[in-house]
Amino acid sequence: MIIAIASGKGGTGKTTLAVNLSAFLAEKRKVILADLDVEEPNSGIFLKGRQVHSEKICRMIPEWIERTCIMCGKCQELCRFNAVLKIPDRIMLFPELCHSCFACSELCPTSSLPMHGETGGILYHSIISKKLQLVDSHLEIGQVSAVPLISATISYLKGIAASDDLLIFDSPPGTSCPMLEVTKSAEHVILVTEPTPFGFHDLKLAIKTMEKLDKSFSIVLNQAGDEFDSTIIEFCHSANYRIIACIPYMRRAAELYSAGRLLYQEIPVIREALSVIANNLQLA
Amino acid sequence: MKIAFSTTGLEMNSPIDPRFGRSEYFIILDEKDNSKQIIDNSAITSVAHGAGPRTAQKIIEAGVGVLITGNGPGNNAARVLNTSGVRILVGAGGMTVDEAYRAYKDNKLKQF
Ligand code: SF4
Ligand code: SF4
Repeated sequence: MIIAIASGKGGTGKTTLAVNLSAFLAEKRKVILADLDVEEPNSGIFLKGRQVHSEKICRMIPEWIERTCIMCGKCQELCRFNAVLKIPDRIMLFPELCHSCFACSELCPTSSLPMHGETGGILYHSIISKKLQLVDSHLEIGQVSAVPLISATISYLKGIAASDDLLIFDSPPGTSCPMLEVTKSAEHVILVTEPTPFGFHDLKLAIKTMEKLDKSFSIVLNQAGDEFDSTIIEFCHSANYRIIACIPYMRRAAELYSAGRLLYQEIPVIREALSVIANNLQLA
Repeated sequence: MKIAFSTTGLEMNSPIDPRFGRSEYFIILDEKDNSKQIIDNSAITSVAHGAGPRTAQKIIEAGVGVLITGNGPGNNAARVLNTSGVRILVGAGGMTVDEAYRAYKDNKLKQF
């Protein structure tokens, strides 16, 4: 079973929910938390454990050999992703558009586009407690494309997960390709939002994305207790979107968060909210 | 000097399209003989990724020396334009092609 935790924008408390929900559920059942917010994987700050594995994740991209190229332009015709361009005096490559399909490389008549591995990021796998494991992938600085690292990490997770493990995916914020890559493999997506006009706007975008993917999803209203709460709640009720929990804003939570500590162990209201989420989604 | 304008229409009084990569047309004015040429870029609407570099490729293939547009190209498109030293001028959004040309002559456009 895979649950993804996502949000239309950053800073809504998505990671806080992911780490706390994972640790809470792991008191009773086996959980693997995957931090797939590869540009800013913060889960390791809250969950410390023993590292059991790490690996470099590479992806293959072509490299242009000017000396042998005859400028026939075949590579550009072959690339369906516009990652190769023939301009008057050279071939230009756009690695972030490349899908590593090998077509240009294999069909270049002079073998002038050999593929080579480029480090996309590093994956870490740690044991946090008897029932909790953490897998977090970190995008290499300067790498622009998160999707290949995310998909390689998901393959790794599928390799290590037992059938009774619950996988919780912490998704990148936003609604672009990296978020789609994470949520498309989940059975259910929890969208975290906050009671601000920006939060509301981005929630609507995230909902639209989920509907387009035909995904089962529910909503958690975080940092509740603002007069704007009702706008979001009424919107969800009238459209029949399910809000499975409201987590109130608390100063104490912000303090624990900055200290890198788990919230539910010290704040009963948050433990209560997590158990409501667990019951609503039948995760316990 | 050949000057390219990103535009939504085919005439000198057509509005400048502030977008570069997804602009449907480019009017190319050759100052040498005042001739005009149109680049039809409308097929770009069906390109999901990499529209900018593709469009930039057409611009440099046409031998353009100055590009006049609104917001300016993205990084990849700029990389392509730079390979042949195209001068990129921005801030012409909201003008017509004619007005943008005059603004260029008066040095009123921003260097990208
Ligand atoms: S297919 Fe090969 S030889 Fe032809 S232009 Fe591309 S790199 Fe050069
Ligand atoms: S490997 Fe495939 S996607 Fe990458 S540049 Fe070559 S043809 Fe394009």
